[in-house]
Amino acid sequence: MKLVFEQSVQGRMAITLPASNVPSYTLQCATRKTQADLSEISEIDLVRHYTRLGKQVYGVDNGFYPLGSCTMKYNPRLNEQVVELEGFNNVHPTQCPCETKGTIEVMTNMQQDLCAITGMDYVTLQPAAGAHGEFCGMLLIKKYHQSRGDTLRKKIIVPDSAHGTNPASANMCGFEIVTVSSNKEGGVDIDNLKQIVGPDTAGLMLTNPNTLGLFDKNILSITRIIHDAGGLCYYDGANLNAIMGMCRPGDMGFDCVHLNIHKTFSAPHGGGGPGSGPVGCKQMLAKFLPTPIIGKQPTVEYSLGKVKSYCGNFPVILRGYTYIKTLGSSGLKQASQLAVLNANYLRILLQQDYTTAIDRICMHEFVLDVKDYHDNYSTSALDISKTMIDYGMHPPTMYFPLIVHEALMFEPTETESKQTLEEVAEIMHKISIRAKDSQDDLHASPVTTPIGRVDEVKAARQPILKYQPQ
Amino acid sequence: MSIRFLKTHEWLNGNKVGISNYAQDQLGDIVYVSLPQVGDKVYAGKSFCEVESVKAVSEVNSPVTGTVVAVNEALNDKPEFINSNPYDAWIIEVEIESEGELLSQADYDKLIA
Amino acid sequence: MSKYTPHTEQEIAQMCAKVGVNSLDELYADIPNEIVNPTINIGEGASQFEVYAHIKSLADKNKCYSAVLRGAGIYDHLIPPVVTSLASREEFVTAYTPYQPEISQGILQSIFEYQTQMCMLTGMDVSNASVYDGAVAMAEAIVMCCERKNRAIITGKVNPQYIQVAKTYCYAHEIELIIVQDKDGLVDIDKTTHMIDDQVACVVAQCPNYVGLIEDMASIGQMTSSKGVKFVYVFNPISASILPTPAEVNADVAVGEGQCLGLPMCYGGATLGIMTSTKAMSRRLPGRIVGQTTDNRGNRCFVLTLQAREQHIRREKALSSICSNQAHNALRASIYLNCVGKVGLVQIAQQCIDKSHYLAQQLCKSGGKLKYKGEFFDEFMLEGGINTVERLKEQDILGGLPVDNDTLWCVTEKPTKSVLDCVVEQYKEAK
Repeated sequence: MKLVFEQSVQGRMAITLPASNVPSYTLQCATRKTQADLSEISEIDLVRHYTRLGKQVYGVDNGFYPLGSCTMKYNPRLNEQVVELEGFNNVHPTQCPCETKGTIEVMTNMQQDLCAITGMDYVTLQPAAGAHGEFCGMLLIKKYHQSRGDTLRKKIIVPDSAHGTNPASANMCGFEIVTVSSNKEGGVDIDNLKQIVGPDTAGLMLTNPNTLGLFDKNILSITRIIHDAGGLCYYDGANLNAIMGMCRPGDMGFDCVHLNIHKTFSAPHGGGGPGSGPVGCKQMLAKFLPTPIIGKQPTVEYSLGKVKSYCGNFPVILRGYTYIKTLGSSGLKQASQLAVLNANYLRILLQQDYTTAIDRICMHEFVLDVKDYHDNYSTSALDISKTMIDYGMHPPTMYFPLIVHEALMFEPTETESKQTLEEVAEIMHKISIRAKDSQDDLHASPVTTPIGRVDEVKAARQPILKYQPQ
Repeated sequence: MSIRFLKTHEWLNGNKVGISNYAQDQLGDIVYVSLPQVGDKVYAGKSFCEVESVKAVSEVNSPVTGTVVAVNEALNDKPEFINSNPYDAWIIEVEIESEGELLSQADYDKLIA
Repeated sequence: MSKYTPHTEQEIAQMCAKVGVNSLDELYADIPNEIVNPTINIGEGASQFEVYAHIKSLADKNKCYSAVLRGAGIYDHLIPPVVTSLASREEFVTAYTPYQPEISQGILQSIFEYQTQMCMLTGMDVSNASVYDGAVAMAEAIVMCCERKNRAIITGKVNPQYIQVAKTYCYAHEIELIIVQDKDGLVDIDKTTHMIDDQVACVVAQCPNYVGLIEDMASIGQMTSSKGVKFVYVFNPISASILPTPAEVNADVAVGEGQCLGLPMCYGGATLGIMTSTKAMSRRLPGRIVGQTTDNRGNRCFVLTLQAREQHIRREKALSSICSNQAHNALRASIYLNCVGKVGLVQIAQQCIDKSHYLAQQLCKSGGKLKYKGEFFDEFMLEGGINTVERLKEQDILGGLPVDNDTLWCVTEKPTKSVLDCVVEQYKEAK
């Protein structure tokens, strides 16, 4: 496909500005040597360019999208309608609070609802994404220990199965990472945890259900061990979609949590963002929260400051708020229950052809280990994924968690129907038969897409990161 | 002095340091080497640079303690040289103060067998 | 209550039976009894129509002005209808990060085009696919520069929110941050030079700066080059079409806020952190980067690349934990730049200059006084003026931002001449 720059014709324009009607002014300072060589294109060509690009994108609206850990549920149209409301879009952040009551009310209500859902005392909506929330939460923990003169607490415990953002966020805050190993069910190895904790433990970062999709039965013991050692517990909310209304991080013993509005609360992911990663905390961490917290007196003296300008990614927050108001407490609970039911139903159907990393009832996602296909039929998790594309599906998350070598992590979400899951299982069955057939080469998949498999090595060795005219 | 190895798959040949054939094979297609600077101190058994493949990054430990006197700038443009000629593709040259625990070729071959 | 789940009662029963449980609750046997089934006090759900009415009633509580003469980081520019329309295409909206290039070329190519546009605006070699906002972009730039040194200098009138965010990031990374006060609204180059010692990694300056003035970035760039420290240039993408580029003044990293490129003000919540750098710094650039390559059929195509910098591979050794970014806002900015094009962007910048200078001159003719001397782009600080801002509310105009006893005004291409004349009228009457 042509790049937009390759369609540019000198003199074309898609915009006509209103006449200015004021005298022109010439800046009395240096100007740039050459003009920015942006494209020159007509409006219809612009529309066709993006229509073509759109056709080469697969979104939730196109079909099944079981990307594990990413909760690609249906993005309600109502959410998209409310974010277009003029009243929200045309307010400047420095306007008097008396003129932005609507925006403030959305944020105040959202904070309260998220407190109720997570079992926390306070929530900030400022972080722009899950990893940003982790960064904010780690700073709360750092501030907390420092404020108590507890300066030796330099270590954050992270499971070997954790999302990469966990150790990265803790490292950004100057913490040293200690890895706790997983037990056979992918949960925290309690014996190992007991050996690791000590007077240098600042805290623990954990997602529960864990990245194998299992709820850690020992959760109350785990948080108690950390608290007894003087550390704090951080909940990575990436997997909250499994447990809304069934249990709360606050009740599990967590002191601090981030949520992903773009996963759990149905805001779309926009091809990579913007997201929203609100952070909730218990009372003793409240004075360290970033400023401003809507409806709360700022404690500038102790606050960690700001992690972003203003109050957060408002359109994403508004979508999440709309979703919560639509479903309500029973609706959220049912959404979680059906997400778990769907995952288990698909797991059972796929078990005819594939091995699950752990064979038991899962939460909202599960992990297949296709090592047997890799070893016996030289078909990898990658090959199976790429073949799924040929059948019109988005592949699951590949090669994660790292503790399973040929991992395929499926998260069907609650918005898929029984029929869809059965169709998926049929396709996966066909792929299984093809993988075992030595005449069939899945290494060539996908073949139905506009492009085939890409040369990632070439991309990284000789990076071409912008358009270079011939 | 013939080539010798660290258990973590780095080699020392004369004053030059690189990674073993086994290490490059495990990493796969190498796309980038983060070279240290001339004058940097290196310590036996401690990391002094990173080697990246598309989906992994691996630390390279120094077999010796000393000071970097030269870095192989050619790896900036052709990191794949490590894949094709691991024993010619030296990464740094060191003015050696002391050596770490090094294995002979025969012992290293046993380790990776 | 509305729901987005398709299951019938009968299907739920069938599925439970297949899974081997008697009820949905049985799926949750692993949750300890003490904590299962809490009460969640958020009320019950409602129909989509009722929820829309509720949200609309909240939107209606906001006061939207027919004209906005305020910036200070968030700007009210014209947004061509085609921008909103194209960005709303559902595939762009409902896709995740483009991990699977074979079914994500549309997103990947759009990011590649965005990266190219950011490099065109700044003259820099490399752009990432965006970070959370301009303030975070500046903070991340400081972290990038602190490779073997751990001190950074922010100099002159930099947006105070950006400084606040930088302080947070520096606190986290244990970087010492030095703020050098401005001199008459501009960077005090002498004072800044004196602050540089062998632990200083970089100098950060903004142009146009927070009070609207155009800094002598060339001299700052010369100074940082001669001192052997990195130079972080905080730019405005609209003025970038006219002013010397960050690359021309030896910047190592150029960052900015992209909200002005086709995104609504939205209470400061629809933003875009732009980050560009020299090739030499590219391995330290955080976040997603898209590169060009070929597929197994020989086609040109695009893919996420240089991923070994990122958290999912480097884990605790990654410089930044960023995963989700502001991709869809970057898409909007890219569509906007394609729409206004090479000539249109310069016209917009020139109208900003013309209109803001017209207002400044008219106010000065009516007895007003600018707080600072020196060239400005589209913002200026007026001495006093707070009464005028109050009076303008009744004219449905949002006036300049009160800063202590003065007011910071911004005039983009959007307000009409009659709006500006009304401001002058009110200013006269307020005196």
